[in-house]
Formats: sequence, C-alpha cells, structure tokens
Amino acid sequence: MASSSLRVANLSKRYGDFVALAPTSLDVAKGEFLTLLGPSGSGKTTLLSLIAGLAHPDEGRILIDDADVTHSPAYARDIGVVFQNYALFPHMTVEDNIAFPLKMRKIADVEARRLTAEALDTVRLPHVAKRYPRELSGGQQQRIALARCIVYRPAIILMDEPLGALDKKLRDQMQLEIKRIHRELRTTIVYVTHDQEEAMTMSDRICLMNAGAIEQLGTPEDLYFRPKSVFVADFLGESNLLGATVQAVDADGLDIVLADREARSRAVGNGSAFAAGEPIKIMVRPQNLTVESAGSGHGKLTGRLTDVMISGSLTRLYIAPETAGMAPLVAAYPTRSSAAPYAIGQMLSLGWNAADAVAIRDAKGA
Amino acid sequence: MPLRSATPRELEVRAVGRLRTLQQAPVLTPVLTWAAMGAPLVLLLALFLVYPVGQLLLLSIHNDSGFTLAQYRQLFASSVYVDVLLITLKISLVTTLVCVVTGYPIAYLISLVGKERKATLLFWVLLSFWTSFLVRAFAWVVLLGRNGVINKLLLSLGIVSAPLDLLYSFGSVLVGMVNALLPLAVLTMLSVMDNIDRNLPRAAATLGAGPGMAFWKIYFPLSLPGVAAAGIMVFVTAIGFFIVPALLGGRRETMITQLIIDQVQQTMNWGFAGAISVLLLLVVLVVFVVYDRLLGLSTMTGAATAANARPSRLSGSFERIGDVVLTLLGAISDRIIRVLPSRRDRGPDTPGLWLQGFVWIMLLIISAPTFLMIPLSFGTGGLNWPPQGFTLHWYQEVLQSPVWTQAVVRSLLVGLGTGALAMLVGTPAAFLLVRSNIPGKAAWLAFILSPIVVPRMIIAVGLFYVFARIGLVGSAFGLILGHTVVAVPYVVMTMMAVLRNYDTRLDHAAQSLGARPLATLRYVTFPILGAGMMSSFLFAFATSFDELTIALFATGGLNATLPKQFWDEVTLQVSPVIAAVSTCLFIFMGILIFVAERLRRRVAAN
Repeated sequence: MASSSLRVANLSKRYGDFVALAPTSLDVAKGEFLTLLGPSGSGKTTLLSLIAGLAHPDEGRILIDDADVTHSPAYARDIGVVFQNYALFPHMTVEDNIAFPLKMRKIADVEARRLTAEALDTVRLPHVAKRYPRELSGGQQQRIALARCIVYRPAIILMDEPLGALDKKLRDQMQLEIKRIHRELRTTIVYVTHDQEEAMTMSDRICLMNAGAIEQLGTPEDLYFRPKSVFVADFLGESNLLGATVQAVDADGLDIVLADREARSRAVGNGSAFAAGEPIKIMVRPQNLTVESAGSGHGKLTGRLTDVMISGSLTRLYIAPETAGMAPLVAAYPTRSSAAPYAIGQMLSLGWNAADAVAIRDAKGA
Repeated sequence: MPLRSATPRELEVRAVGRLRTLQQAPVLTPVLTWAAMGAPLVLLLALFLVYPVGQLLLLSIHNDSGFTLAQYRQLFASSVYVDVLLITLKISLVTTLVCVVTGYPIAYLISLVGKERKATLLFWVLLSFWTSFLVRAFAWVVLLGRNGVINKLLLSLGIVSAPLDLLYSFGSVLVGMVNALLPLAVLTMLSVMDNIDRNLPRAAATLGAGPGMAFWKIYFPLSLPGVAAAGIMVFVTAIGFFIVPALLGGRRETMITQLIIDQVQQTMNWGFAGAISVLLLLVVLVVFVVYDRLLGLSTMTGAATAANARPSRLSGSFERIGDVVLTLLGAISDRIIRVLPSRRDRGPDTPGLWLQGFVWIMLLIISAPTFLMIPLSFGTGGLNWPPQGFTLHWYQEVLQSPVWTQAVVRSLLVGLGTGALAMLVGTPAAFLLVRSNIPGKAAWLAFILSPIVVPRMIIAVGLFYVFARIGLVGSAFGLILGHTVVAVPYVVMTMMAVLRNYDTRLDHAAQSLGARPLATLRYVTFPILGAGMMSSFLFAFATSFDELTIALFATGGLNATLPKQFWDEVTLQVSPVIAAVSTCLFIFMGILIFVAERLRRRVAAN
C-alpha cells in the first residue's frame, strides 16, 4: 500500500541565533493523519520543510519506514508536498502539471495520461485538464495541487497550510475532500495549520507546537479535554482559567481551593502528577460554565455581565468577576430565542460540575 | 468515488521512487559553488575594467623616468582645461535640471494611466531611449540646419527674413542632450512612481486635503527618491558625453571627453589622456559622495521604492523649510484648481488635459526629429526641407557599399556575442546575489554596477591601451569583451529583478515531485524565466549594437561597427545616406523594442 511510517529523532534547526526547531522527536504511524498545529513561528513549517528535504537539519535523523533519509535530496524521498500557495507551474497546463512527477519517474506517456485522468477524477475536476493554473479559481487550484501530489502515490504526503488562502465555506468543503482522499488512499499525511478547528476536525492526532518545540502530542480529545499546559488550553478552543491550590490528590481527582476562596471544590486531573500545596490553574470550557441570577443559586463565583454576543448557534456571555484582578470569564450556551435572559450590568452566579474542571500545572506559578 | 487497488504499474512508480532514496546528490560546499558562479564575472571585470582603468591612471603619474606630475602641471598650466571642465559641468547641470523637470510630468502621467495607454506612452519613451544617440543627434543637425525644418518654417511664416544660425550653440547642444537623456530620466523616475501606493493620495483626500495639497504633501515627497536617482543618472551620463557636443556644439561647447579623444587619436599622449581621465573620474566621484551624503546611495540601486525610502540626511531646519514650501505649493495649487472651471465629468484619478497635452508635446519633440529622417531619406534634394521627389538611391548606396554592409554584419556579430557572453557571465552572478547568503552582497553589487558609474570614455581609453599591447585592437573578440563589460551590469540588474519575482517554491515543488536539480532547471526554472532572460539578452545586444565609445578606438575601416561607421561618415559630411541608415536603424530598434515588450508582458502575465 502506498503508505509509510515516519520517524523524526532529535531533529533541530537554527538560523543564526534563532532556534527554529529545538531537538524534536516524533513518530507518525503508517496511514495516520497527523496535524502540526501552532501559532506562526512555532516551528511547524520548519519541521515540515526538514521532513520534505527542502531544508537541512543541524542535528537529528529522519527515517521513512526505518530507512534513514536525513541527507537524501527532496527528489529522492518519495514524499509529496502540497504547498501553501499551491506552487502550480504557471507555464504548464493542468494536465502537464499533474503529469510532471510521472515524467520525472520516466513513466510511459500512455500510462501517465491514464494516471493523470484518474487523479483529476479523484479531485472531481476532469474538465479542466487543458487549462492553465491562472484560469482556475483558488479552490480549483487547490484541488489540482492535491491531484499533482496523489498521482504518483507518494508514501507520505505533507501539506503546508493548504487551505489558508480559501474562504471559510470552501475551506470546510475542502477539509471533507481531503479527509475523503485520505480514507481512500490510506496515505500517511502530515498536515500543517494554525487553525485549531481545522486540526480538530481532520486529525487522528495533533502535535501542538510552541516556540520551536512540541507542547503536547495526542488525539484531539486529549488536547481539548486534558490539556497539559495553559498554552494548550488557550490555543484549542475558548477556556476560562482560574487560579487554585491543590489540597489533596486521590484516585478520582483533586481537592482544590480556588484563589481567594475558602470553600473546597473538586477538579479532575490531566495526567500530570500534582502535589498537595501546588499552585495550579483550573480550566472550565465556556459551555460548561453554568449561569444563574445572583442569589438564586449556590455558584462558586459571582460576576457582572458586561456583554452578550450571539454568534449563530451559540450565545456568549462575558462576565467581569467580582474578585479584583481576576481575568474576565466567558460562558456559552446554545442560542434559543432572541430574548436575552440576562441584562447587561446584572450580577450573575457562576458554577460548574467538578468533572468539567480540569487541573493544569501552572508553569509560571499562580 | 471508489478507488481501485494499486496496479503493477503504480507499484513500479513507487519502486522507482524508492530506488532513488538510496542515491545521494553530490553536495558542493557553498564556497566552491559561489566561486564557480561568481568568478567569471569578477574575472571579466578585473581584467577588462579594473586593470585597464588602473593602467590609464598609472600612466598619468608615470613616464619613462618614473613618477612624475608633469601631466597634471600641464593640465593646470593654462585655464583651457579647467574652462572645458566648467563648461562640461554647466552643460551637464542644465541638462539634468531640464530632464528632471520635464521628465517628471511624463513619468507621472505614465504611472497614472491605465494599462493600455501606459503601454502606448511607454512605447514612445522606449523607442526614443533605444534609438541610437547618433541617430538622434544627427537628426537635430538636419533639423536645426540653415535649410532645416525649423528655419524653413520660420521663413515661411515670415517670422524671420533670413535663416538663423541655430546650430553650434549652447542651445543646440542643450536640445540634443535633453533629447538624448530625457528617456533615461523618465524611466528612472517611473520605476519609483510605479511603486507609490495610489491609495495614499486618496487617503489624503478623505482626510481633507485638496488635490493640490495631496500631490505636493503626499505624492511628491514619496517620488523624490526617483527624482534624485534620475538626477544623478542623467548627470553622470551627461558628463561623459561627446557625441552631442561634437555634432551640435561649436568650439565653445567642447566637453571634457572630447579632449580625451583628441589626446588619444591625434597625439597618442596616453599620459595626458590619463590625467584628464583622473580629473573626470574625480568629478564623478565627488558627485557620488555628495549624493550619498544628501540622499544615500541606496536610493539608486534599483531597490529604491517609495516604501523603503529612508528619511534623507538633510538637516532638520532644511526639512522644515521644505515642508513649508510644499504646504505653500499645495495651498496655491488648490486655490488655482478652485478658480479653474471644474469638470465634473472626470474622476479624481483622471489626469488633466494640461498634463496630457504637455506630455504628448514632449514625446513629439523627442521622437519627431528621427521621424523626419524617413521622408528625407527618400528625397532627391539632399537633406533640405521639404523633401523633394522620391528615390531609393540612398538605400542602394548603403547596400552596395561594402563598408556599410560589413559594418552591419560586424555589429550584429559583436552584438550577439556580447549578448551571449553577458548572459553566460551575468546570470550565475545574479543567481548568486539573489539566492545565496554570500557575505558582502552590497559591495559585490556595487562592484558589478561600477561599469555604469565609471565614465565610458575612461573604460574605452584604458581598454584601447591594454588591447594595443596584446594585439586585440580591431578584433571582434576584443570588442565583445569590452561591450560585455559595459552591458553586464544591465544583465545582472534585469536578471536579479526577474529572479526576485520568481517564486522559489516552484523549484521546491519540482524537487518534491521527483525532479533532480538539472531537470528542475530544464522543465521549470528556465521555461518560466525564459522570457525574462530573452529580454535581458536583448538589452545586452542593444547596448552593444549602439555602443560607440569603445568601438571608436577599437575599430576602423572595414573592421568598423555600425555606430563607428556612422560616426566616421557624419563627422566627414552630412549626407542623405546617413538619413537612410538612420531610418533602417530606427525601424530595426522599433521592432526590437516591440519584441522585448511582448516578452516582458508574457513575463508579467505569468
């Protein structure tokens, strides 16, 4: 099957004093869809270029199916790359673009034509074969770039923010398309994006990068529900982070005390080992924050409603906590009717289920 | 769509891919690669620019008995040479002023209008730019002569009763110089104006500035780097001119390069020619130092755009005065615009009729003289206006003369050779300057561009001296070498621009798709760069085809190139044969520009 495993061991790259990639290790299984996610400058594109052979590492090794390709040139790696701005050859027709890798592999013309037509079918654009790239829309160019990449069945496909230049609707559509092709070809895909939603929808696993190093590697659920750091909690979806101190640790979770509070409450762990007395952060996702009018409930916090925003299916409440110095909180619930149940300026009582409060080690201290 | 499992053929595709992973590409250390790519150009410039010019300068302080300043003593013994220098500076300065002031509106209009009209306007500027200096100067000789168009017109209108002596005066030299250098000024300013964001004056308008204020306070300051670059380019070129003052000037308009020619051709006094060259070189150097002090040389090297123009080093008070003047100009312009009848039908970005009228008149003035050669070349009455009769006699004379046909063949040969050599040597250097992180890039670039800055005459005399000793005088090969030295900076500059526009991700894409470095060059890089390379080649060819200074000493008789033959004829007599040759040259250049423009547009389309 056209699929290989990929192993990156202690790979690093610096440009002068700037560490583009700290020594990084990563295993990608045969047929896996792995996403490198992170803000710009986090090292994800550097890692991708090193894997593709378009840049040379300072240290470390790259193995494809256990064969060391660290020093192989790009053309000898059997890797396909879909570039950010497609990099379609402007002087060749769509057909010639797609046939190019076949020509480089000395595939006979007849066979090349058949494979090209098949690739165009796969991306559902059989009618544009004779056109030039500039005559296509952005979404069409994207599909052709994809076709040019899959036509020679590379063992691994690398995609560098392939949907970055498309508008939202088209992006959603292409995400499904890429997933479909991944299912059909079962090729190993390493995908780079800075869009956390895109990473969540598409990936088997996400490798979240920050400042040239891996911040957390795991399934989308791992990263979303059990973030290892404040950075991860913040980067994937919205989150409310509250300062707290660990009181005791048991098998089910932790006893904690929120900063500036007396009452004990519970939180679940994220896999890290916590010690009693340690300052931590408690993460509660906006949809898990329960809101009642102040006085009527037994909330853990109170705050004043500052803003109500309806963004389609969700309504967001922005709340300034009573406690001085605490960051604003956001609560979200499905939009039900146009009538807002709360008025701006109203005092609200906030609570959450212990199971929805995740403890995160606070590297910077409480 | 369901997908079949892999066919045997596909498995083979993968197998080939796999096989290649085992092979290694030969990796040269970067230093070796740099040396291989840059050495030919550095060697060429060292041998045929630095060495000859150095030799010439050495000759000025060295004679048979060793070190001497005799040549310099002679230079300053009488006021003759200093006077010539002052005249040279005066002519160059006035030429620069006129070129910049009249060129500005032309460049402004070209940068303003839409695509179609821009191409038309640009064609006329380029046609004039590429028409031989010789052809244009000769045309003015005919035009301003006692029986020329202007005198005939004035007589028939009854403005004068006898023909005026228009030729051989400061005025005629100035007209010829401006005609020669105005296109250069326009093109230099245009390269900066094209990069000024159109939205900035519009933004100024929304912020409450009238059109006059928006122009003077926003657009004009942003265009200043272009004005400065045009100024220095025109001035430095003008200072080394000899064709125009020789053909259109009298004794009192002798310029400094003419003195050098006299020393070499008539007295073979190398030492004195060297001393005058030093003087000329010093003046050029001083101009550059002053320019750098005031504006910074970085504004010159083509990288000058309005966006990265740094604030000038002019003192704060000077700047404040400038600001006051610009504000005043803006206010006055707006006052005038308000008084003028407003035309509602034109949008804010449509150029006014005054501007358009002025530009077309200027384009007519710089193009008309050469066009007037066409009817004269078919006339039987010599070069008197109006042309009489119709004859192909002059063309026949050109075609039957071995001197002319040999000259054409030789010029084509030397031009093609220069184009090829300049591309061969310049393209790798351009790659190196754009793609590599070679240290001291700015210094290398300055070195490569130095043949433009060093007055052509000094290069020519130095080359003549060196060639004479190694027996290359009069040979086509020697000419190709000399022409390549002066053409290669243009090749490097255009190739650098072409390479900067080239998206290197296409190379990466090709490699990731399995193309080896050579296949990448063959199927992707060169096909895309092809049009740019072709126009770069044409640039070098045209530079050589029109080159007179180096050819002036290096060739003669049956070895003459076309410009040299033209020069020899025109300094002997003004005949209709010259008009016929001019016409042919003019049409040839017209076709060449048309082809080059086509190529350029193809590049732009990609």
